[in-house]
Amino acid sequence: MSEIAIKDIIKTENLVYKKTSLMTDKPLSYCPGCGHGTAHRLIMEVIEELGKENDTVGVAPVGCSVLAYEFMNVDMQEAAHGRAPAVATAIKRLWPEKIVFTYQGDGDLAAIGTAETIHACNRGEKIVIVFINNGIYGMTGGQMAPTTLVGMKTSTSPFGRDVSLMGNPLKITELVAQLPGTYFVSRQAVHTPAAARKARKAIKQAFQNQIEGIPGLSFIEIVSNCNSGWKMTPVDANNWMVDNMFPYYPLGDIKVNGELVNK
Amino acid sequence: MTEEIIIAGFGGQGVLSMGKILAYSGIMQDQEVSWMPSYGPEMRGGTANVTVILSDERISSPILRAYDTAIILNQQSMDKFEHTIKPGGTLLYDPNGISHHPTRKDINIFRVEAAKKASEMGSGKIFNMIVLGAYLQIKPLVKIENVVKGLRKSLPERHHKLIPLNEDAIHVGMKNVESMQSI
Amino acid sequence: MGELRLMKGNEALAEAIIRAGADGYFGYPITPQSEVIEYLTAAKPQDRTGMVVLQAESEVASINMLYGGGATGKKVVTSSSSPGISLMQEGLSYIAGAEIPIVIANVVRGGPGLGDIQPAQSDYFQSTKGGGHGDYRLLVLAPSSVQEMSDFVPLSFDLAFKYRMPVMILSDGAIGQMMEKVELFDQIPRLTDQEVKDKYPWATNGKPKGGERRVITSLDLDPAKLEQHNYHLQEKYRTIEQNEVRYEQIMCDDADYILVAYGSSARISQKSIQLLRAKGIKVGLLRLITLWPFPTMKIQELVQKGIKGFLAVEMSAGQMVEDVRLAVEGKVKVAHYGRLGGVIHSPEEVAEALEQKIIGG
Repeated sequence: MSEIAIKDIIKTENLVYKKTSLMTDKPLSYCPGCGHGTAHRLIMEVIEELGKENDTVGVAPVGCSVLAYEFMNVDMQEAAHGRAPAVATAIKRLWPEKIVFTYQGDGDLAAIGTAETIHACNRGEKIVIVFINNGIYGMTGGQMAPTTLVGMKTSTSPFGRDVSLMGNPLKITELVAQLPGTYFVSRQAVHTPAAARKARKAIKQAFQNQIEGIPGLSFIEIVSNCNSGWKMTPVDANNWMVDNMFPYYPLGDIKVNGELVNK
Repeated sequence: MTEEIIIAGFGGQGVLSMGKILAYSGIMQDQEVSWMPSYGPEMRGGTANVTVILSDERISSPILRAYDTAIILNQQSMDKFEHTIKPGGTLLYDPNGISHHPTRKDINIFRVEAAKKASEMGSGKIFNMIVLGAYLQIKPLVKIENVVKGLRKSLPERHHKLIPLNEDAIHVGMKNVESMQSI
Repeated sequence: MGELRLMKGNEALAEAIIRAGADGYFGYPITPQSEVIEYLTAAKPQDRTGMVVLQAESEVASINMLYGGGATGKKVVTSSSSPGISLMQEGLSYIAGAEIPIVIANVVRGGPGLGDIQPAQSDYFQSTKGGGHGDYRLLVLAPSSVQEMSDFVPLSFDLAFKYRMPVMILSDGAIGQMMEKVELFDQIPRLTDQEVKDKYPWATNGKPKGGERRVITSLDLDPAKLEQHNYHLQEKYRTIEQNEVRYEQIMCDDADYILVAYGSSARISQKSIQLLRAKGIKVGLLRLITLWPFPTMKIQELVQKGIKGFLAVEMSAGQMVEDVRLAVEGKVKVAHYGRLGGVIHSPEEVAEALEQKIIGG
């Protein structure tokens, strides 16, 4: 086969996958098997597809994805822990024609930033919130999150989450769906190509809503894994997620066109 | 010229708005003015007072402990402020509801039956303008025309029809002020 | 001459925010400054200039709205009073670290804790020494009249954008609640979106076509780089100390003693000077306009000139006095006088304090 040079292979007609130009070339800092990389890529692909590369401002959280701004090749701001919805509110109010999104983890969005999350949703800010729920604090080394499942062991619930001491896992997505200010609320996953395709569709819908100026906030939860924090192999983590996370955090649309979906 | 005034009475007597009209009148004739209310817990139900300063020069402290003039409209304020008048200064009060009359010998004392006159005129709301008229009779520091201009500035448009009544009240106050002690 | 009005300090601040061409006000009500957001919502600035006014869910949200808005190059401002300003300290640290221009007004009330709603000056340390975490400064302007409540708004925006940093207008309940004559400056037009983009290429308002994306962050996990960033901030602060010290000298020329004060204490001290001079005591007032940068050089100059003593007058237990002492370097007597917890000192008390603590002591 030595007669085929590499230049003969690199041809448009042979292209099967191309990284969107809205992801930078910086190698992702996430653990192998983590869902963040896929989620980042889906958002950036959607923004590219919608032609909004030059009209988008993203807000990164504090957590594992604190460095999201290193990877997402659009104008980005790095917010204080939990404050991204407030930061995004002002950007959108001052630049109503721009596309504004936040990217937040469960500790950021559903614990320290609960007030900012609820009130941005309640005001119906015309932004997109992408919420990555992996049931743990990955960045700081695997502590309990508001979304940690009952009985799940973390470094601050070493004997498992005890409801009598630590309360129940918070279904913040169902909670914000109750608010009149949210227009589209959906829970997705990115652990298989099929799931990622569905997630991409939901993300695209969310951004489409914003472009169309629909009054209301679009909120996409992505149930993800944390194989490091969960202390599992990536494959085991995904299986564990399907068996344990999905029953408590069922996938699918929760609110569409401002109406709760009946299940 | 600098005139440092305390106006003190019950909340609801129009103490703060009288101070405001006086301050606005000062502005209408290019004076420097300040209006410093007592506020917070004191505002609710109890006594209300405001320090007003009119001056031809830049005003130093808006917060004072000694006044050229005290306009006193209830007993608590008499108890609190009679002693803060500078020697040679002026006290104007409405005797309505006053049981302990002023005792200072080193100040000029005037009174005006403003509450009584207001009820005779059929409007409690002009009480403070009668007092203001009395004050301006004693110390004509601002012209009546500038008070009217001040009223126009400080009253919402919908109340401008009340300006003639307020002007009448000022004249009633001017006519009805009595000198009780002159030094 | 601009339009003359009789206004409360808080109202003058609010009107000046509109006239300064601000793009957004984000705030949360708290006494004694709620008139600011009340005035702004009633004055319909969205019709006058297109300015955005939003009542946030908390001071934490307000300051982070300023982070977001300021980082897009827009002129954004908030106001609050002491307890609310405490809540904003996290955001201010991020804003300073990320070098975002914003303006924040503090109408100080008595503390600590919930304290009361009366005027105080006990937030000097918090305003001038950091307040939040990390090595940073706020540029702090101290209005002492309703006129300055208005005039310092456009000045604050200019300084904030010149140095890309948070600028604080440090007022107090007395200045906020009192009414004085104010000459309003004419409307400064808001910048258009395109002007913002052209003027502030660092701002994150949509990646330029064919250009590089911009990132606003206070994070750098590499300590060597974060050290460089800190050196850069410190260099900026040294420049400000060189160029932006502002003060007013009142009767300092022939003075033997100097009162050092700002805000409402400076007004009260002006009267104290009159009282003391009537007794033949030659006193002047150094009224601070910038609290940071502090007029250290000016005080040293006054020491050189032969001033015999300084009395720091502030409604606190003794905060600004520490900076006066640092400047004086023990060469002459420095004392502090001030009432606490929302009690305002009288001109007579200040005069007495000078006689007892500096002249007699």
